[in-house]
Amino acid sequence: MSKQYKPAVRIEDLSFHYQDRNVLEHITFEIPVGSFMGLVGPNGSGKSTLIRCLLGLLKPQSGNVYLFGQPLSLFKNWDEIGYVSQKANSFNTAFPATVYEVVSMGLFGKVGLFRFLNKVHKRKIEQAIETVGMADYMNRNIGELSGGQQQRVFIARALVSDPKLLILDEPTVGVDAASVAGFYQMLKNLNREKGLTLLLVTHDIGVMSDFVTHVACLNKQLHFHGNTAEFEKVSKEGFSQMYGHHVHVLEHQH
Amino acid sequence: MSFPFFQYEFLQNAFITGIMIGLLAPVLGVFIVVRRQSLIADALSHITLAGIAANLMLGRNVGFFSGLNPIYMGMVFSVGGAVGIDQLRKVYKHYEELAIPIIMSAGIGLSVIFISLANGFNTDLFNYLFGSVLAVKKSDVWTIFFILLIVFAFVIFLYKELFVLSFDEEQAAVSGIKGKWINFFFIVLVALVIASSMKIVGILLVSSLMTLPVAASIRLANGFKQTFLLSVVFGETAVILGLILSYYLDFAPGGTIVMFSVIILLLSLLWKKLRSNRKIAINQ
Ligand SMILES: Nc1ncnc2c1ncn2[C@@H]1O[C@H](COP(=O)(O)OP(=O)(O)OP(=O)(O)O)[C@@H](O)[C@H]1O
Ligand SMILES: [Mg+2]
Repeated sequence: MSKQYKPAVRIEDLSFHYQDRNVLEHITFEIPVGSFMGLVGPNGSGKSTLIRCLLGLLKPQSGNVYLFGQPLSLFKNWDEIGYVSQKANSFNTAFPATVYEVVSMGLFGKVGLFRFLNKVHKRKIEQAIETVGMADYMNRNIGELSGGQQQRVFIARALVSDPKLLILDEPTVGVDAASVAGFYQMLKNLNREKGLTLLLVTHDIGVMSDFVTHVACLNKQLHFHGNTAEFEKVSKEGFSQMYGHHVHVLEHQH
Repeated sequence: MSFPFFQYEFLQNAFITGIMIGLLAPVLGVFIVVRRQSLIADALSHITLAGIAANLMLGRNVGFFSGLNPIYMGMVFSVGGAVGIDQLRKVYKHYEELAIPIIMSAGIGLSVIFISLANGFNTDLFNYLFGSVLAVKKSDVWTIFFILLIVFAFVIFLYKELFVLSFDEEQAAVSGIKGKWINFFFIVLVALVIASSMKIVGILLVSSLMTLPVAASIRLANGFKQTFLLSVVFGETAVILGLILSYYLDFAPGGTIVMFSVIILLLSLLWKKLRSNRKIAINQ
């Protein structure tokens, strides 16, 4: 690795286990700046765990994580990272906060301690809400929205700080098919036009391969890691092997 | 019948204190309720009682303590209880709510022992349990004013952080917010507010002033800021009406204030119900 080249994420020989159960074994991989990485794997394969390790929410027993070239423990620019957790819709749904207030939370790290939101921030919040098509719900309580609508709000919260890296853990659970297509298209635009680096966990393998530039397949260990073209070559055998049964990789619909 | 507010200093003290508490308790109460920790206030109020009882007992034997305002000893115990809850939560990571009954029973146990040692109940203790319009001193007013300033600085300057931490701790961590310290300061402030509210509402009822106005406003408000606003309006209404009524009827104010809170809560539920019924009627 040359001094100049700093991937958005670099994970070196990372292993993680809960009390007695190995979840991740010797994972090494990189997410190049500007790429759109799809992370796939069966339920319980450790995808969410890997993401929580790279965000510092879990401490791996061994291995190193670098974000934009900085070791995780020294990394400070959290506003450069947007995150939508898989559990985003298991929050306290009776929480009395409006859509606007929830999205504003995404800016708090950027605004900083002891400071307040200004006009520019407010405009940003409104824009992010418009981007996910929730402008009509700006002042509604988050608890009064449907699951898919809530998910869009959490995506807006992750986008509002103009992150350089956006991490999405199954963000489209509960979002209807038409919106999912639109949502992936939006991610693709952000990636191709604004250079946003994306890490997307999903089970929508067919849909995903239309949009991503790189794929990683995880099941405790990393089974595949490379760009989409390479992935298409190995996907047929690779998937059945990893999932333990035959998988139909959906054909693209053009 | 005019209310002799300007005639008696004790009434002024009681009202000024009441108005400050009517502001403080619901403001912190909003965060407590949305975090689903409503019982923390109960645990801390009972440990405060142990502090008061300890001071009353010591006051019998040691000259220094008989001259000391028991509110300070109450605060020491209450803050100690807050630290205890904070530590216990770390021990019982997956059963965080266990910290509350542990501290609560320790508080009651200690109170009973100190009260027995102090030779049982007296009017002082009665005032602390249920509140009193007569018992508020100038020094109480200043102490509470000082706490009000601290709480306001804390809530205004750390509003964003408190908000995210209450909504979802994981997001807070990913935003680089140092949750541990803020949570710790928060619970210490709750302890201080509880100890300082007891002269007016009484130890047994202080937690209701933190939770009932919030319970009412959460049903009606749109958003977090509005929840604050309504909670404070409800809290102040209950305190002011409760104090006036308790003065005329010569009741302990804790009872009247809490009953006004309950009435406000019932009215808010009724209002919500009527409103949603009307919506349904219109839709049909
Ligand atoms: N808090 C926990 N304590 C113990 N084991 C856990 C815990 N969380 C997850 N696990 C285990 O770790 C493994 C990996 O879980 P993880 O959530 O990372 O899977 P995943 O790939 O995200 O699955 P899914 O596709 O269902 O979201 C699973 O076997 C799970 O049982
Ligand atoms: Mg997962």
